[in-house]
Amino acid sequence: MTRRILDHPILGKMEDNNYVSFTFNQKGYKGLENESLAAALLANGIRTLRHHEESGSPRGIYCNIGHCYECRVSVDGQQGIRACLTPVKEGMTVESDGQLPSSKRR
Amino acid sequence: MDNAIIIGAGPAGLTAAVTCAEKGLDVVVIDEYMRAGGRLLGQLYEEPNGNWWNGIKESTKLYKKAVDLGVNFHLNTAVNNIENSNGIWTIYTERETFHTPSLLLATGAAEAPVPVPGWTLPGVMSVGAAQVMTNVHRVKPGERGVIIGVNVLSAAIAMELQLAGVEVASLTLPKTNQMTQDAGKPKEVLDSLLHVSHMAPSPFVRYGSKLMKNDFMKKLGVNFYPKKGVKMWDIPIQLRKAVTKIYGEDEVEGVTLATINADGEVVSGSEEHIPVDFVCIAGGLYPLAELAAVAGCPFYLVEELGGYVPLHNERMESPLEGLYVAGNITGIEGAKVAAAQGRTAGLSMAHHAGMDELDGEIKNSIEWTEQTRDNAHIQFHPEIETGRKKILQQWDAYQSNKKRSVVSNSRGGIT
Repeated sequence: MTRRILDHPILGKMEDNNYVSFTFNQKGYKGLENESLAAALLANGIRTLRHHEESGSPRGIYCNIGHCYECRVSVDGQQGIRACLTPVKEGMTVESDGQLPSSKRR
Repeated sequence: MDNAIIIGAGPAGLTAAVTCAEKGLDVVVIDEYMRAGGRLLGQLYEEPNGNWWNGIKESTKLYKKAVDLGVNFHLNTAVNNIENSNGIWTIYTERETFHTPSLLLATGAAEAPVPVPGWTLPGVMSVGAAQVMTNVHRVKPGERGVIIGVNVLSAAIAMELQLAGVEVASLTLPKTNQMTQDAGKPKEVLDSLLHVSHMAPSPFVRYGSKLMKNDFMKKLGVNFYPKKGVKMWDIPIQLRKAVTKIYGEDEVEGVTLATINADGEVVSGSEEHIPVDFVCIAGGLYPLAELAAVAGCPFYLVEELGGYVPLHNERMESPLEGLYVAGNITGIEGAKVAAAQGRTAGLSMAHHAGMDELDGEIKNSIEWTEQTRDNAHIQFHPEIETGRKKILQQWDAYQSNKKRSVVSNSRGGIT
């Protein structure tokens, strides 16, 4: 199911249609080339981008302009990449970062 | 080295870039986002003359003009630090390092968060995030949502969401706590909303604004404000309700909405559950000024401008040699004012590069900025002009203190 606004009463029909393939947590998805990873994932109905390192609580986008760092994911093996500032490219491998081991937590 | 560097590709930065390039400077623009336009990108509203202001079109127009003039863009590039040595500014980014005698900070604004229990759940986002998703990326933030925080920005975005086929179940207040302060008090919110009421198509709100000229009437207005709320563009605006909690297992499933009294206190037993799949938090904008702080620019807290702003004058000069500011970093206003300020900054930078006879143009540009402000049909803060005056007074005070300290230093040197 897409959440894209293909037609808009003022902005008109969407012009971009250059879809590329990427994976998120080993599953395949399509996104528009160079749109943000956050937008591509949301268009595919994915809101949970990671689990908090300490508490394990689910997190998604918040500010969408790179300030809050809530949307960080691993892209092609590199951790801590902000999904809202990263353009989608063909063949990108994206993974959620999750809860880390802790000696304090029970 | 006749070059200029501009940090921020919003309306202020882009206009400054065009102005500098027209005056023959080599210009580099750096922005963290993947697309030029800044907050202008998401804007979409109908002007009083019936034309639609389309932020994407305006951004593209400015960007193309700059590119045609040879401006060099480094998008998707975050600036980590700036420093000055011997009159040259060094700009450190994730990739390259740049140098310039003339640096403009046009970093814009960020949204203040409003802490509400459950706000870390996926599906909760800033109202600006929902705006960019909807209008720029053309992706729905959800099917049905609630906006927490009633202000000029959130009312405009609620309308934009609805235009795109996203249902806004309610535009309402956060439960008061130490952080939310006035944003959770119906009377204060109504006070600030009265300044935009002339835009409201609802006769109730229009009629109401005439009634509510004095405080007593405002208080009455809140007390008699219908619990259901009033509708603006078919969206319920509920000033007598507040969200006490956002709930959901792994993602947003709904909000708990309670009735509040005129002081913002929850009426116990009035809580109800509203099922929604997204929530927007609208805490208002504040100037994004970290780089000016890193540079060592003096700051002043001016509430009317939206928070702490770096000291500057009408020519958009900071007290630091070769450092300029324009746009929302100097105070929260609309894109047209930001662009006008960007033009002034660009001219000042060309002047700094040694171009003579720009004083007349700079003066005109300052006047144009004031005219643009006077003609703006939305004002983020009703007392914006007072705020602008305050910062100019600080500038004068700073300059005369500096002179005095130079005099006393030189005396000290003699004795």
